[in-house]
Amino acid sequence: MTAPGSDSSAARPVPRLEVKGVTKRFPGVLANDHVDFAVAPGEVHALLGENGAGKSTLVKMIYGVLHPDEGTLAWNGAVMQIADPHAARALGIGMVFQHFSLFEAMTVLENIALGMDKPGDMALLSERVRDVSEAYGLPLDPDRDVYTLSVGERQRIEIVRCLLQNPKLLIMDEPTSVLTPQEVERLFETLRKLAAEGVSILYISHKLEEIKQLCDRATILRGGRVVAECDPAQETAKSMAQMMIGTELKTVERRAEGVAGEARLVVEGLTLASEEIHGVDLKNVSFAVRAGEIFGIAGVAGNGQNELLLGLSGERLADHESVLRIDGAPAGRSNAGARRKLGLCAVPEERNGHGAVPGMTLVENAVLSGHHRMGLLSSLFIRAAAAARFAQQIVTAFDVRTPGVTASAGSLSGGNLQKFIVGREILQKPKVLVVSQPTWGVDAGAAAAIHQALADLAAEGVAVVVVSQDLDELLAITDRLAVINVGVLSSAMLTREASVEEIGLLMGGVHGVSTDAAVVHPEAAHVA
Amino acid sequence: MSHNPGAAGNRLVVYSVFNPASWKIEPRREIPQGLLYATPLLAVVLTVVAGFFIFLSMGYNPFLALYHFFVSPLLTLYGLSELLVKAGPLIMIGVGLAVGFRANVWNIGAEGQLTLGAITGGVIALAFWNEETWWTLPLMCLCAVGGGAAYAAIPAFLRTRFNVNEILTSLMLTYVATLFLSTLVYGPLKDPMGFNFPQSRMFGDAALLPILLEGTRLHLGGVVALMIAVAVWVLMTFTIVGFQVRVLGQAPAAARYAGFSGRRIVWFCLLLSGGLAGLAGTFEVAGPIGQLVPVISPGYGFTAIIVAFLGRLHPLGIILSGLVMALSYIGGENAQVQVGLPQAVTGVFQGLLLFFLLASDFLVRYRVRRNPAALRHAPQAQPAE
Repeated sequence: MTAPGSDSSAARPVPRLEVKGVTKRFPGVLANDHVDFAVAPGEVHALLGENGAGKSTLVKMIYGVLHPDEGTLAWNGAVMQIADPHAARALGIGMVFQHFSLFEAMTVLENIALGMDKPGDMALLSERVRDVSEAYGLPLDPDRDVYTLSVGERQRIEIVRCLLQNPKLLIMDEPTSVLTPQEVERLFETLRKLAAEGVSILYISHKLEEIKQLCDRATILRGGRVVAECDPAQETAKSMAQMMIGTELKTVERRAEGVAGEARLVVEGLTLASEEIHGVDLKNVSFAVRAGEIFGIAGVAGNGQNELLLGLSGERLADHESVLRIDGAPAGRSNAGARRKLGLCAVPEERNGHGAVPGMTLVENAVLSGHHRMGLLSSLFIRAAAAARFAQQIVTAFDVRTPGVTASAGSLSGGNLQKFIVGREILQKPKVLVVSQPTWGVDAGAAAAIHQALADLAAEGVAVVVVSQDLDELLAITDRLAVINVGVLSSAMLTREASVEEIGLLMGGVHGVSTDAAVVHPEAAHVA
Repeated sequence: MSHNPGAAGNRLVVYSVFNPASWKIEPRREIPQGLLYATPLLAVVLTVVAGFFIFLSMGYNPFLALYHFFVSPLLTLYGLSELLVKAGPLIMIGVGLAVGFRANVWNIGAEGQLTLGAITGGVIALAFWNEETWWTLPLMCLCAVGGGAAYAAIPAFLRTRFNVNEILTSLMLTYVATLFLSTLVYGPLKDPMGFNFPQSRMFGDAALLPILLEGTRLHLGGVVALMIAVAVWVLMTFTIVGFQVRVLGQAPAAARYAGFSGRRIVWFCLLLSGGLAGLAGTFEVAGPIGQLVPVISPGYGFTAIIVAFLGRLHPLGIILSGLVMALSYIGGENAQVQVGLPQAVTGVFQGLLLFFLLASDFLVRYRVRRNPAALRHAPQAQPAE
C-alpha cells in the first residue's frame, strides 16, 4: 500500500500517525465518536479539550492501553492493531504520563532501566542516559536517588526513558502542570529540538497559551468528537477556549477594588514538621487576609502546600494558640471542627477520602463538614430531612450532575465531586474560606462558575485563600498573592503588579535551577 | 484484517490456563449490592456442604449428623431456649465489636473483657452474698460494664498514647484475664464449703438473673442483648456518634478534616465493646452458671468476631448471625450426644463458616481474570493488509 520512506518524495507527506473514524464506547458513555486527525512527521500537534472530552481515551488507544471499537489507526500509512503498550513502544511510540511512575528510593538509572523492555548493560545504559540528556538539554545525573529530585527533574527521567527508545511519536500528557515557567521554557526547547529532528509530538494540554507557543496544529475535542482543527498561531487563547467549551467564556466579574476590610485570618509564624518521610516542613509561614480579599498561594506541587492546608484547616495544630487567629479569635490549637465553628471552612486538594467519603451518600457527605454550621444536629441525632435539603441545595446551586443526593460520592466524576465539595463549604457561609486547587479536574464552564462563586463570596466580606498550582487561575482571581517554595512563603504582592517572571523565579527557588542554573539560565542565578 | 491472534495464540492460551501467572485478581469496579448481603447465606450453605463431606469421610452418616447438628436442636422448646441462651452473649459482644470494626478498631480481646466483667460482677454477688437486696443485680451489671470497659481501656490507652497495635495488646490481655480468674477461684474466692473445688459459692437469688421460661435456662440476658442490638443500630444509623465511627473507618483523613477526634473514637469503640463484653460475662455467671468457675465462656469473645462479620457489622444482621453461631454450639453438643461426633466439630464448623464468608466476600469485591500479559506470546502489532 505504501512504500517506506516516501515522506520526502510524495507531494503530501504520509502522516506519521493517522486516526480515522475511531470510536470507543464505555457503558453509558460514548468516549470517542468517529475521531479523525493526523500527525505529520516532525509536527507538534496539540490535543485540546475539556476534562471528559475524550483526550485520555484517545491517547490510551494510540498507546495500546485500550482498543478502538471502530475505526483504524495508521502508522506511517499502514493500518495497525496496537495490542499493548509494549507493541506501541516497539513501533516507536513513547508516552510521558501526567503522573510519574517512579520509585523514590531508587536511582535515576535504576528507574529508567525498570521502565524499559530491554535495558541491557547498566554501564552502557548510564552512558546513553548521559548522552541523551545532554543532547536534548535535560541535565540528569543517573546516580542520584529519585527522592532528592524536583518534580521537573523527575519528569526529565520519564522523557529520557522515552527518548532512549528512539521514538517517532512522543505523547506528552499535561506535561507542564507541575513545572515552573522557566522549566516549561526549557521543556519547550527540548520538544522543539526533537520536532526539528523529525519526531512527531502529540501534546495534550488545556493551557492555551502554551499551545499557541509550541504547537503547529491543534485538534479540538468536545464531548468525544473533533469539533475543530486549527493553527494555534492564528487563533487567540480565547477563541480556542470557545471552541473547546462551545459557549461564550464568562469572565469573572469582580467588584471594583474597594477599601480593604479588617484582617479576618492572621497567620503568624506557622511552623509544622511534615508527617511524610520526604515531605516538606513549613517554616515560619506568616500572612494575613482581610475581609473581601482573595489571597493566592502559588507554588509548584510538593512545596509544602499540603502541610499548609492541614495547618490552616485545623487538621494539624500549631504550637501556640496565637499562631492563627480567625476574626481575632486565637485558634492555633483548635481542631478543624472548632475552627469551622469560628467560621473557617476549607476545601482540601484530595477529594476522595479527604474532602469526601467515597462510600457515603451525598447527604452523609453534606453532614461531614456541614453538621455544625448548617444546624444538621439536634443533640446527638442527625436531622435527616435537613441534611437531605442541604445536600439538594448544594447539588442545585452548583450544578452537580448526579442521579440524586443518595448517590455515593465515589460514583460522581472528579469534577462533579469537586463542585459538590466547594459548594458545601461556600453554602456554609464561612468567614474565612481556604481552598486548595478549586478547579482541579473541573471543566472550564464549571471552573468559571466556581471562580464566580469565590468572587461573590469575597464581595460579601469573606476572606478567601486560594492555594493553586495554576498560575493563570491565581492571576485571574486573586487580589494579592504569595509564593510557597520548600515550605517558605514569600512576602505577599499585589496581583495586578506582579509579573509572571518574578513569580516564576520565586516558584523556582532552589528547585530545578540548582543543578543547571549556570548552564542554561544565567539570569536566574543573579536574581536569586 | 485479523483481529484475533490466530490459532497458534489460542493454543498457547489453553495451556496457560493452568499456569497461575496467567490469572490475575482485580477489584471490581462496582460491587453488586445484592451479592453483598447474599454472601453470609452462601457461606452458611457452603459450610453445610463441606460438613456433609467431612462427616462422610469420617465414616458417619452425613444426613444423620447434619440433622442432629442443624435441625433437631430446633425441634424442642428446650433446644430453642438454649439457642437464645447462647445467642445472647454472642449478640451482645458482637454488636459492640462491630462498632469498633467499623472504625478500624480491632478489639480481639473481648474474651478477656468478658472474663473481667464476670469477675467484677461476680465479686459484687459474693460480697453481698446472702443479702436479699433489690440492687444487687443492677450493681453487678454496672460493675460488669465498668470492669470490661476498664480492661479495654488498657489497649485504648496504649493505642492512643503510644500507637501500640490494639490487636496484639487486647489479645494478650485475654490470657492475663483468664489466669487472673483462675487465681481468684483457686484462691480468695474459693467456696469455703466447696471441698476445695476451684469454684466460688453459688450466687444468692438476688444475684441471679430471672428465668423467663419455667423449666429452661432462658434468662433476661437474651432480651437485654436484643435491646442492646437495637440501641446500637439507632446509635450507628441516626446519631453523629455512629457517623463519626463510620467516617473514621472509611476515610481517616476525612474524619480529621471534619474535626472528628480519632482518639476519642478509638476510646469510645474500645470502651463500648469492652463494656458490652463485660456485661455478657456477668450475665453468664449470673445466668446459666450461677457462680465463678475457672472457665466461664466457651470462647464467646472470639466467636463474636465471626458473628460480627457474618452479620455484616450491622447490629440487626448480628442478631441473625448470633443465632446461627449459637446453633453451631448447641448443634455441636447435640451431635456429640446423638451421633458421637468429636467435640472439635463445633470449632471446625465455626472455622469453616468464617473461611467461606471471607472467601465469598473476597470474590464479591474482586474478580479473577485471565491475565492479558499471558497473551503476550501472540504476535503483537500486525500490519493488516
